[in-house]
Amino acid sequence: MSSPKYWREIPQRYRLEAGKCKKCGKIFFPPRLICDGCKSREFEKINLQKEGKLLTYTVIRVAPSQFIDQTPYAMGIVELNEGVKILSQVADCDFDKLEIGMPVRIEFRKIFQEGEAGIICYGYKCVPV
Amino acid sequence: MRDVAIIGVGMNKWGELWEKSLRDIFTEAALLAIEDAGVDHIDSMYVGCMSSGLFVDQEHLSSLLSDYLGMGPIPATRVESACASGGLALRTGFIEVASGLNDIVLVGGVEKMTDVSVAGATFALSTAADQEYEVYQGITFPGLYALMARAHMQKYGTSRKQLAQVAVKNHFHGSMNPLAQYPQKITLEEVLDSVMVADPLRILDCSPITDGAAAVILAPLDLAKKISQKPIVKIIGSGHSTDTIALHSRNDLTEIKSTERAAKIAYDMAGKRPEEIDLAEVHDCFTIAEICVIEALGFVEKGKGGPETEHGLTTLGGKIPVNTSGGLKSKGHPVGATGVAQAIEITKQLRGEAGERQVKNARVGLTQNMGGSGGSSVVHIMEVV
Amino acid sequence: MVGITGYGAYIPRHRIKVEEIAKVWGADAQAYKKGLNVEEKSVPAPDQDTITMSVEAAFSALKRAQIDPKKIGAVYVGSESHPYAVKPSGTVVGEAIGATPEVHCADFEFACKAGSEAMFVCLGLVGSGYIEYGLAIGADTSQGAPGDALEYTAAAGAAAFIMGKDNIIAEAVDTYSYMTDTPDFWRREYQFYPRHASRFTGDPAYFKHILGAGKGMLEKVKMKPKDFQYAVFHQPNGKFPVKVGKLLGFEKKQMETGLLCPKLGNTYSGSSPMGLTAILDEAKPDDLIFMVSYGSGAGSDAFVWRVTERINQVRDKAIKTREMLNNNKCYVEYGTYAKYRGKIRKGE
Repeated sequence: MSSPKYWREIPQRYRLEAGKCKKCGKIFFPPRLICDGCKSREFEKINLQKEGKLLTYTVIRVAPSQFIDQTPYAMGIVELNEGVKILSQVADCDFDKLEIGMPVRIEFRKIFQEGEAGIICYGYKCVPV
Repeated sequence: MRDVAIIGVGMNKWGELWEKSLRDIFTEAALLAIEDAGVDHIDSMYVGCMSSGLFVDQEHLSSLLSDYLGMGPIPATRVESACASGGLALRTGFIEVASGLNDIVLVGGVEKMTDVSVAGATFALSTAADQEYEVYQGITFPGLYALMARAHMQKYGTSRKQLAQVAVKNHFHGSMNPLAQYPQKITLEEVLDSVMVADPLRILDCSPITDGAAAVILAPLDLAKKISQKPIVKIIGSGHSTDTIALHSRNDLTEIKSTERAAKIAYDMAGKRPEEIDLAEVHDCFTIAEICVIEALGFVEKGKGGPETEHGLTTLGGKIPVNTSGGLKSKGHPVGATGVAQAIEITKQLRGEAGERQVKNARVGLTQNMGGSGGSSVVHIMEVV
Repeated sequence: MVGITGYGAYIPRHRIKVEEIAKVWGADAQAYKKGLNVEEKSVPAPDQDTITMSVEAAFSALKRAQIDPKKIGAVYVGSESHPYAVKPSGTVVGEAIGATPEVHCADFEFACKAGSEAMFVCLGLVGSGYIEYGLAIGADTSQGAPGDALEYTAAAGAAAFIMGKDNIIAEAVDTYSYMTDTPDFWRREYQFYPRHASRFTGDPAYFKHILGAGKGMLEKVKMKPKDFQYAVFHQPNGKFPVKVGKLLGFEKKQMETGLLCPKLGNTYSGSSPMGLTAILDEAKPDDLIFMVSYGSGAGSDAFVWRVTERINQVRDKAIKTREMLNNNKCYVEYGTYAKYRGKIRKGE
């Protein structure tokens, strides 16, 4: 994981910082340069709320190399209160209890680390409410 | 715009081709296509390839492959759109011929995936998704399609068995294709018992890692009529569209809108409706993908992809056979080559050269190739002249 | 008046029972349970560490403090299991809560009293007018060597406190620190597990310093144990804190609320701070709380807290410590525990 590439996304990964179009109110996460709705270029910074519901889910059983030790883990597409959708792991859950529509909230977790000597990458995961 | 025809096809057997390098694999298929077309020169070439850089540390394929093709210095273009690279290369070649800029255009696709480890291949494939907001979070491609599958099953009642039926059907077709990577039949039980990769998708729901290439020769229709010895296949429709790269950004997780839009453009250009398509080659990277795609193409109503597959609509002998080549599942999926191989299957079928897996009275065929989780789609419609 | 404006804690949901650990090493589980007064301990999942728990505890503290995070002038995380040897835990916490960039940051270390040190320093900075609010966190995901006695108690948890002058819910009446050089428990650089000097960790270490700080604190504020509604001490097991409390003159019922170790284990830098959060979850206005931490090496920080009226208004704004301790638990067996804690030797 490249340090600049990781560092650049910190406001989004740590604080869920999104961009709200000043003209039409559409919210983009991550923030964008141009609103695809009204084409405005002016945005205000907002931090998304940390609650939502699960729209769909899966359990990853064959993982990419940096996640091998965490296998199996659940992932889901979550619709947050503002209507913004994110993809994240669903931690601290019984796989059998995963259900479309279940309420979840966001917690700050470690996503992965670069071996024994590289940087540690943090971010958001969802946990069942 | 001129009418464009496919006058030559060439493809090698796909699989783990340890002895062959990327340039060997491509050149072999290209030469087969040139031979099949009976031409002695090429005006320009297009190469669809997703990631030669990550797989074999090689970019600048335009120079490399035109060099090794041995047809003199010609304009060459590398086209990339993840797994739709081949289909997009076809469209771009089609546009060049249709525009009148050049006459004999080679369109090929290639991917050499086995020089890296499985982890390396998985990583290269993951670059088709949103690196910072999908891949960073721990998702895999089977995972993305599993998320779609779960949503589709919830919304429409699509069953696990219906998903498996796609794999069984495509292997049944592939067992009649000597160039397929896995030309073995499989049973429903084998699919349902295979190792779970990302709930609910199992290993036999997923297309494999493959080395391979495919190539076609395009020519303006008028020239084709003069020089071609074989039945001429005309490209009557070409459509292309994109969608959000991230699955979670889409409005409906069960729909592949980029395919719907690309198909509409192609149908309009061809003046055809879905009911008029005799057979199709679609992008079954995962079983659920084929189900969503046949809905997006309008072959079945939304939500009916599962039951209709189960009832044999898309099996050879059924109303609209899909993936008679074996699809990505049985034929293999050397990423950049897939879109071109789809065109080859349709061409062979429309020419009556498909042997055991020939679709009777095949006159109009469709190819659908897509990238990532549906972030880009290319649809072509061909008709035998 | 200086004191706590907001507080919060975080406990991971996984647990392992003493029986599970004893089974693997062929030890007498009942003897350990009785001897240590510990039944089970918390286990951090592979995606949890001192930083992630500190962030969540800080979010709860912010919910109770109800302040703009940009007003936090210092972020201090005390731990003996900071994820990096060089790169502070505090910078990640500061970014996550939105306190950056105008904020002082330092990581604290003193075995298990690193959390109370952070609290001590924040009180000083706020009191002297240097900063408006200070965030002090004690958090650990400490390790016990496989088969060692410490394996039964080394646990994970975090407690966060926002110190300020306005809107305080518990006034810091006074503090007292007591420290000597005592090699009772240590970890050398590049070693994965700590080591300890067995029975020497008792009287000359734990008891001497807590008693020293406790007596010094009581004298300084001219109070007696019976003046306090609550007392909380560092909890390496469920026995020592009760014993030291009695030696100081406190009664069992004063120590009950803050005693989390029997069901939590030893959260090291989070230990007495988390006990304090459990007390604040139920204390009433004007209640006095006596707190003494302990860090091997060795030293103790003592605090006297007086709860204010405002506690009733903010207590329910975030999750309570015993709610996290008792609800939503997920038990693991030793194999999963060892995998989670990185105790299994893997290939290169």
